[in-house]
Amino acid sequence: MEEFWAGVFWAMKIWLIMIISLIMIPAMFGFSLGISETYMTILMKTLKDLDSSQMAGFHFDCFCLCVYPSGLILRENGSMEKELGELRRSRPKPPVGGDFTLSDCFYFIRRGIESIVEDEVTQRFTSEELVSWNLLTRTNNNFQYISLKLTLVYGLGIFVRYCILAPLRITLACIGLSWLVIGTTAVGFLPNWRIKFWLSEWVHIICYRICARGLSAAIQYHNRENKPKKGGICVANHTSPIDVVILCNDGGYAMVGQVHGGLMGVLQRAMVRSCPHVWFERSEMKDRHLVTKRLKDHVSDKTKLPILIFPEGTCVNNTSVMMFKKGSFEIGGTIYPVAIKYDPKFGDAFWNSSKYSMVSYLLRMMTSWALVCNVWYLPAMHQQEGEDAVQFANRVKSAIAHQGGLVDLQWDGGLKRAKVKDTFKEQQQKKYSSMVVGDDSSSNSD
Amino acid sequence: MGSRASTLLREEEIEEIKKETGFSHSQITRLYSRFTSLDKGENGTLREDQVNFRGFMRTLAHFRPVEDNEKNKNPPTTEPLNSRTNKLLFAFRLYDLDRDDKISRDELLQVLRMMVGVNISDEQLGSIADRTIQEADQNGDNCISFQEFMKVLEKVDVEQKMSIRFLH
Repeated sequence: MEEFWAGVFWAMKIWLIMIISLIMIPAMFGFSLGISETYMTILMKTLKDLDSSQMAGFHFDCFCLCVYPSGLILRENGSMEKELGELRRSRPKPPVGGDFTLSDCFYFIRRGIESIVEDEVTQRFTSEELVSWNLLTRTNNNFQYISLKLTLVYGLGIFVRYCILAPLRITLACIGLSWLVIGTTAVGFLPNWRIKFWLSEWVHIICYRICARGLSAAIQYHNRENKPKKGGICVANHTSPIDVVILCNDGGYAMVGQVHGGLMGVLQRAMVRSCPHVWFERSEMKDRHLVTKRLKDHVSDKTKLPILIFPEGTCVNNTSVMMFKKGSFEIGGTIYPVAIKYDPKFGDAFWNSSKYSMVSYLLRMMTSWALVCNVWYLPAMHQQEGEDAVQFANRVKSAIAHQGGLVDLQWDGGLKRAKVKDTFKEQQQKKYSSMVVGDDSSSNSD
Repeated sequence: MGSRASTLLREEEIEEIKKETGFSHSQITRLYSRFTSLDKGENGTLREDQVNFRGFMRTLAHFRPVEDNEKNKNPPTTEPLNSRTNKLLFAFRLYDLDRDDKISRDELLQVLRMMVGVNISDEQLGSIADRTIQEADQNGDNCISFQEFMKVLEKVDVEQKMSIRFLH
């Protein structure tokens, strides 16, 4: 019996030594031994082979999935005036202004049913649908059994992901986080010499690199000459809390957020010891002026790290960018936009916070194939003369959406939880009313 | 999760829905995913009107394009849900709030009010309703029956206007 436990301890020691030497130390010093690169190449080749075998073994249904855009319906987006005009074509045009016909309802019925089946907003809060299966159970929605070979590779994939990769990644994540807490606390004890800044950055970057290895993240940074500088504000599209790890792998940022309890709270308190982050109490968040003032103070101090803000305010599924809240654009610093795009083939990074808790989300991340993403640093932007915060926010949003290949939406991400305001319905009613009574009618009540 | 949703829908049910509505297998499973994501309370029905999935599919079936019927290998014995008559019946029932097979002046006013909100006065709306009923009514009962409704809309391209292109 004792031999058994001795054997287990010995195995664990070897395991830890291997991890430290093969993964942690390269991560700390920023070079790579090529292990993850080899893994990624094998993975990509396998998925490509399977892609072609799926295409070869198709039947009609599957083929349509790959050829048509992956939506449920094809919308014809004619305007209200155009569509109602066509419906009324068979009637003689009335002498005075507008008209009402029983056929008007067809337009509204059709648009209503189209929105029930598929709308622009709710589809942004579920995981992106894939064109061909990537061998994860969780994406197996519409793909049917195709071949024995595929099933075997799928089974092998499950074994590799759950029994080999997941424990490895969990170990790395734990090491990374404990290192963050210990390291930042230790640096916090030093007096404010220049070396403190340097050490604090080093500690942060190591921890984030270890965490990134813990997720098998393969990150490609583009246009690094545009990287956010001190005293600026970095804005990016938000897909999950892992965005923070992705961005911080390449530089230090000051975080902004609410103070949490539990593990997050421990992390937050530790991080703030070594370099200034901006954490708000829940009560302080309600006071917009207080929030803006604290951020302004931080930004005006040119020695402090750039603030990282996600103006969407919520996690979106990485197919689109939703409305940017104007608060971050009223602070007045230089804005450095960053676009983050994940490759959904290797793992779905989107955190559906109403469906999964943080822990189950992290476990899902750790049992995906890998996390592949592209980060583009866009040139700095300033608020121009005569441009208000909302227009500036929209301009930055368009730039990010354009770079990342994402759909630029005007809808508020808060619609994930909140009901739609009545003003949208009232707008439509007003428009229709003017078609019923005619635009030049004097009795049109406002 | 998507895979869980499709296992909750049994194969026999999918076959029945296929026969009744004419949707394909993959369309039904994808619409089921949509239904479950809309069904926030997870009790199998969409709120207020308590529409279950069969009812949901039956409603959507009205909107299939008429051309799609030719692709069906086993055409249903009764009239398909997406025929011109059934599409018109669907629209008629939206106006006929009390389901008495007649659109009365009051019902028309109620529906008009829903469509225009607060932007038109009661009198003006009343005169619009009166004019509409006058144009459609043929037997002088001051209501619009389904036959009269069909007659008024005989020149309108209902098949095209009340159709949605469902992708596979």
